[in-house]
Amino acid sequence: MLSSRRLVLAHFWLAFAVFGLALLLGAWQMFIRSPLHTWISNPEWYYRSLTAHGTVMGYVFPTLVAMGFGYAISEISLKQRLIGLRWAWAGYWLVVVGAVMAMVPVSLGRASVLYTFYPPLIGSPFYYLGVVLVVVGSWIWVALMSVNLRAWKKANPGTPVPLPMFANVAGSYLWAWTAVGAALELILQILPVAFGLRSTIDAGLSRVFFSWTLHAIVYFWLMPTYIAYYTIVPRAIGGKIYSDTMARISFILFLVVAMPIGMHHTFADPQVGAGFKFIHSAFTALVALPTLLTVFTICASVEIAARLRGGRGPFGWIKVLPWSNPMMLAVAFSFVMLGFGGAGGLINMSYQLDASIHNTQWITGHFHLIFGGAIVIMYFAIAYDLWPHLTGRALGDLRLIRTQLWLWFVGMIVTTFPWHWVGILGMPRRMAYFDYADPAVATQAFSVTLSAIGGFILVASGALFILVLVRGHRAPREDAGSYRFAQALHPPLTVPALNGYALWVALMVGLTVTNYGFPIAQLALREDTSVPAVYVGANP
Amino acid sequence: MSDERLLSPKNPWFIGSVGITAGLLAATALGGFVLLPYAQPDLKLAGIWDAICSAAGVPKAPSAAEPVRPDGKLTQVVVTSTLPSAADPDAVGRGATLAQQCAICHGPTGVSRADSPNLAGQYAPAVYKQLADFKAGVRVNATMTPFAVDLSDRDMADLAAYYAYLPRLPGFHPASDKPPPRIVINGAPLRNIAPCGSCHGVLDNKTGSPWLEGQPAAYVKAQLQAFASGARRNDISQQMRNVARRMTPEEIDQAAEWYASQPSTNVHTR
Repeated sequence: MLSSRRLVLAHFWLAFAVFGLALLLGAWQMFIRSPLHTWISNPEWYYRSLTAHGTVMGYVFPTLVAMGFGYAISEISLKQRLIGLRWAWAGYWLVVVGAVMAMVPVSLGRASVLYTFYPPLIGSPFYYLGVVLVVVGSWIWVALMSVNLRAWKKANPGTPVPLPMFANVAGSYLWAWTAVGAALELILQILPVAFGLRSTIDAGLSRVFFSWTLHAIVYFWLMPTYIAYYTIVPRAIGGKIYSDTMARISFILFLVVAMPIGMHHTFADPQVGAGFKFIHSAFTALVALPTLLTVFTICASVEIAARLRGGRGPFGWIKVLPWSNPMMLAVAFSFVMLGFGGAGGLINMSYQLDASIHNTQWITGHFHLIFGGAIVIMYFAIAYDLWPHLTGRALGDLRLIRTQLWLWFVGMIVTTFPWHWVGILGMPRRMAYFDYADPAVATQAFSVTLSAIGGFILVASGALFILVLVRGHRAPREDAGSYRFAQALHPPLTVPALNGYALWVALMVGLTVTNYGFPIAQLALREDTSVPAVYVGANP
Repeated sequence: MSDERLLSPKNPWFIGSVGITAGLLAATALGGFVLLPYAQPDLKLAGIWDAICSAAGVPKAPSAAEPVRPDGKLTQVVVTSTLPSAADPDAVGRGATLAQQCAICHGPTGVSRADSPNLAGQYAPAVYKQLADFKAGVRVNATMTPFAVDLSDRDMADLAAYYAYLPRLPGFHPASDKPPPRIVINGAPLRNIAPCGSCHGVLDNKTGSPWLEGQPAAYVKAQLQAFASGARRNDISQQMRNVARRMTPEEIDQAAEWYASQPSTNVHTR
């Protein structure tokens, strides 16, 4: 049993509780702007809900999952008690206080600025301070992961770092550096205006800072999922990791190229030069590489499991896979959604193709499919896999778990496919209201209705998920044995260059300087780039 | 292998990873800063340095040619939440004295009986901006302009402070239970018209926008028509002109009459 059991459970339960609430808000939003409901006559309620949904789903929920899973990985894979348990609790409480501090002004309608902040919109300073506290709490986790790995390396000189911990620490370093962009935006640009010290804001520079965070944060969300692909899935279905080296290279590539690509979010922004947009676009294409490596390696690892079970033929082995195993189901669903979402992502990162879907519902559909679909379904799988080791009780009802995963998969497809479609037709995003009686959007009423129904299916699946976890606490006690991560087909004896991070972190920082240095310096040094702030529901 | 030895030019991993990264960067920079600018037929480039600067987003020096002048005066008032800036403790008292000359049209208590705007409780930035625009000749009115031209900046700030200080009186509200028209609550998204209420009260208020509840219908209607025809053009970035031009005459009537029939609501954030 883990010594950090209570810590991990606290992170997971808080994560899933706020996830459940934000899921309800999301479904309500889908419902009230669909033709199923008459207009609520006040867009403020919609944007208030949207801000809460985005803040929880984007910052609080995945950060808590990454932190809780990270603590568990550290203790299990290093076989070493977690160093700094008190600090970890301090980080947890910072996230709790930050989340509450951010959500109170949002609930009061004093910060309906959406989770991406949208300067020159300015809300209550407590909203931004709350987000800062969540990030600071997660930085404690980053430091602890580093400290724990260092202690282990000292005690085990010359031994390769176990893959789960190697990937976990790579993810934590990626997060530490990528959060700096939003932190700079909040501290240098937004907070002085929110506190009334200035009344103008450089919206363009703020957006550039945010793009620094906005893309790599997706890879931070993705890290627990990829760790589960490599180190949980093969073991859970009775296979082995096809290549340990390929896994390490993938995580290193994420560390180096996930961050200096964020300006593909500002393709339509006039304040960034076209040359930098091209560089960021090209590097975004590069970040598809570790995902393709992963898809290859995991398919090969799954094939190993199938061959061990007697599977034959070029494709015949797929039939003998343990499809009744929830982990098998989850990874298959996740890959399908990753495939569609990734294809959509290639369109977003292409300068010319992006122009046709920029600021449309396509984008919202895209990130729900990738994050809510491919990533979150593996969060469920991680929770199911770890739960018996955290509670000391078995999760008995596999049928209920499979139903939950099926509902999430179907719900996410039903939600996001029509969502993409109306985006291609030109329906703009971030709109609280559409008049479906108007001939221009009347034909999209059916697709939007379908999307809203998908949202209800997702709520049902989310409720089942919580139910399974709660029932897991009430099942009879049963020793689940010690937790194991998957083994590589050829366990590494030495891992040249893929055991530490100095070179890779240096490359990440170097690419930040080359890809962001000039645009940031240029905007920061110019005097004429600020615009009056627009205060939202707040007295300056 | 330790990290220290990795960070050495003799290590093949170091050479390989740094070399590939630098090579990719150089290749994409060549594409983005040299090839692509030259591939654009409309871009007139003086040379390779000009191409690089253009792709990096360096602003070009303004042309020496005389800029095109607009055919009317433009507002010079920059609306911020701290406008008017001087919060003088005497402002309300001075404003009250100055306001005696306004009372004949706007009413001794800031409530008009002559279809002029009611000013009691109006936001200070809104009053200040209109006075400054009248004074500068950006907004023209045969009655208002002669009063405004003699006002100093402080006079205008004081008047704004005084009217903002006055309580909003429950003026003439014959039928306040009518449902709000769609244009006020929903706008018309497909014609790019935001709801009136999202800036002028009912849903929200934005800095610089006047609250409209209880304002005379004839006045609101006349202003919307003036914006639509371009006779009035002191709105920021043509916001009101763009809205008014796309409104139907029925929508203008509905909005003006509904706002005139409303008591002041509390949905005002500033």
